[in-house]
Amino acid sequence: MAKIKGTIIVDTERCKGCGVCIAACPCSVIALNREVNSKGYNYAYMEFPDKCTGCANCALVCPDSCITVYRQKFEDKI
Amino acid sequence: MEEVRLMKGNEVLAEAAIRCGCDGYFGYPITPQSEVLETLMERKPWEETGMIVLQAESETAAINMLYGGAAAGKKVMTSSSSPGISLMSEGLSYLAGAELPCVIINVSRGGPGLGTIQGAQSDYFMSVKGGGHGDFNMIVLAPASVQEMNDFVELAFDLAFKYRTPSLILADGVIGQMMEKVVLKPFTPRWTEEEIIKMNGSWAVTGKKNRTRNVVTSVELDPLAQESFNHKLQAKYREIEKNEVRYEAIRCDDAEYVLVAYGSSARICEKTVEIARENGHKVGLLRPITLFPFPNEPLEKLSKYVKGFLSVEMSAGQLIYDIRMASKCRVPVHHFGRMGGMVHSPSEVYDSLKSFFSLN
Amino acid sequence: MSDLKVEIKPENLVYKKSTVLTDETMHYCPGCSHGTIHNIIAEVIEEMGIQESTIGVSPVGCSVFAYNFIDTDWVQSAHGRGAAVATALKRLMPEKMVFTYQGDGDLAAIGTGETIHACNRGENITIIFVNNAIYGMTGGQMAPTTIMGMRTATSPEGRQADLHGYPFKVSNMVALLDGVSYVTRQAVNSPANVRKAKRALRKCFDKSMAGKGTSFIEFVATCNSGWKMSPAASNKWMEENMFPVYPLGDIKDI
Repeated sequence: MAKIKGTIIVDTERCKGCGVCIAACPCSVIALNREVNSKGYNYAYMEFPDKCTGCANCALVCPDSCITVYRQKFEDKI
Repeated sequence: MEEVRLMKGNEVLAEAAIRCGCDGYFGYPITPQSEVLETLMERKPWEETGMIVLQAESETAAINMLYGGAAAGKKVMTSSSSPGISLMSEGLSYLAGAELPCVIINVSRGGPGLGTIQGAQSDYFMSVKGGGHGDFNMIVLAPASVQEMNDFVELAFDLAFKYRTPSLILADGVIGQMMEKVVLKPFTPRWTEEEIIKMNGSWAVTGKKNRTRNVVTSVELDPLAQESFNHKLQAKYREIEKNEVRYEAIRCDDAEYVLVAYGSSARICEKTVEIARENGHKVGLLRPITLFPFPNEPLEKLSKYVKGFLSVEMSAGQLIYDIRMASKCRVPVHHFGRMGGMVHSPSEVYDSLKSFFSLN
Repeated sequence: MSDLKVEIKPENLVYKKSTVLTDETMHYCPGCSHGTIHNIIAEVIEEMGIQESTIGVSPVGCSVFAYNFIDTDWVQSAHGRGAAVATALKRLMPEKMVFTYQGDGDLAAIGTGETIHACNRGENITIIFVNNAIYGMTGGQMAPTTIMGMRTATSPEGRQADLHGYPFKVSNMVALLDGVSYVTRQAVNSPANVRKAKRALRKCFDKSMAGKGTSFIEFVATCNSGWKMSPAASNKWMEENMFPVYPLGDIKDI
């Protein structure tokens, strides 16, 4: 069976740590980092990257357009 | 061949706008200038030149339509009368703050409040000292004949675009309603989109094509930046003062007393000069054509030779302050004028002149 | 399966910031709905390929600087006058896409007259109305759209009918006007709603360009700073309290 996997890249300097993406993620991938960016915001990051399916829900709701989403299909190797 | 017609001042404003390639007129009916919008609606310039005409829901809307049209780099115009201009003052400030060229016409009437519908000149302060919040000026032209109502529309547009600033034509109900012979100008085509981009493309919102985006705005959060912008505006106004003063001096060369009047009041004063001269008094008339910039220099020069000035204005006395400033109070400056829509007669002006300066 | 790594390459890209958004970081508070709405606008402009012919009209309020974020030509209008400004822009340049972006203070209070009359004339513009039931920029005062009982800086004990009147349902009102072609109420609180809102906005823009009359899109939105809640709590509060007063969906579509 093919596996769909996704990943996000967060523009950490644009991110304001509002957490809207966390609520929107159906797979509970995202959390706020303990580190802060230059403005002092705890920015979003993938806490559980393995769970990401690349659905882009986080990016859609992000008010600061700081999430880029990639997705790849992996065929099972037999 | 020149086209001569007998027309009302208000009608001529409309005709002149169409002929000088105006792109849009936005207005709201108010006496005594409603014929401007009426004439335009009857003339249907959208069929002839493509000029659009729109009756707005208020003067507030009209001036903001002007703001939008001017932001597009188009030649746009509105007209109103005193209470309507009060309502427009917010927009005037924004137009000046965003450096937008446009033409506003005030066919003024008696105030304050709703006042009367007859002609008056009590909007001088409002016109030349700002007319809205913040440090700004408008170019102010004061026509004294139907011919000048015609000629000043194009002039007001030229000056507005030359300096990127709103131009105001300060007329009054007398000239707006008066019928006179007028020589009309030939048609000038409206600017094409290419011409607008070429001339106004550095600031107008013509669509962000082959350039960075243009933003028409007057907001600034940094007070230091706002101050430097205000300095730039002031430098522009000084430049206008240097280049654009217009006035007419009638029999001032040997005058001992000079009447100072603009618009319809100046026409009355021309007759007063005749009466005074017939009675052996050396009286002249200085008629400011531009109220901003004000003809300070000629008045200053005259103040060295004459015995006094009489400011004649259909108001309680507003123009008089600028005459006093210009003449540096070297000689007495008095005011005479009817107000509230009442118009003085030449002999009333003559009588007041005699009385103020103890002439026989 | 954990050894499978998604390769960062163009063919795997599923979502990125619209090219019509500038690189400037938005000045809005964290979690503010304005950002998401800006994003949708930029995406619709990009999708339609009309960046070079779109002119936005920004209001007075938090979104006064919308022109710093959406990379088209913009005119910043006096408070509430956006619809009048847009009227002239569109009439003088009918081939352009002209939209206003206005908040509830700007559109529903001081600019009610300009808005209603532009709609009634059927100007071929899109009016984007962001209703967060509060004056955000001036510090959280009551707006015409503030809901009953809601506490603001100028209704500290909650909005009361005898003192403040009732929440102003602008969308329902403009839907009555013959010049209006499309009225819809949307939100950007969830991915599904963002998708719906974007489709609705696209419809507005399409109708404006097709000369169908005025399109009016209301976004029921949050102002977490003004409401004094976290972004997540604001979304929940909006769903529970604002949606019943301002239900989502199309109100008019002709």
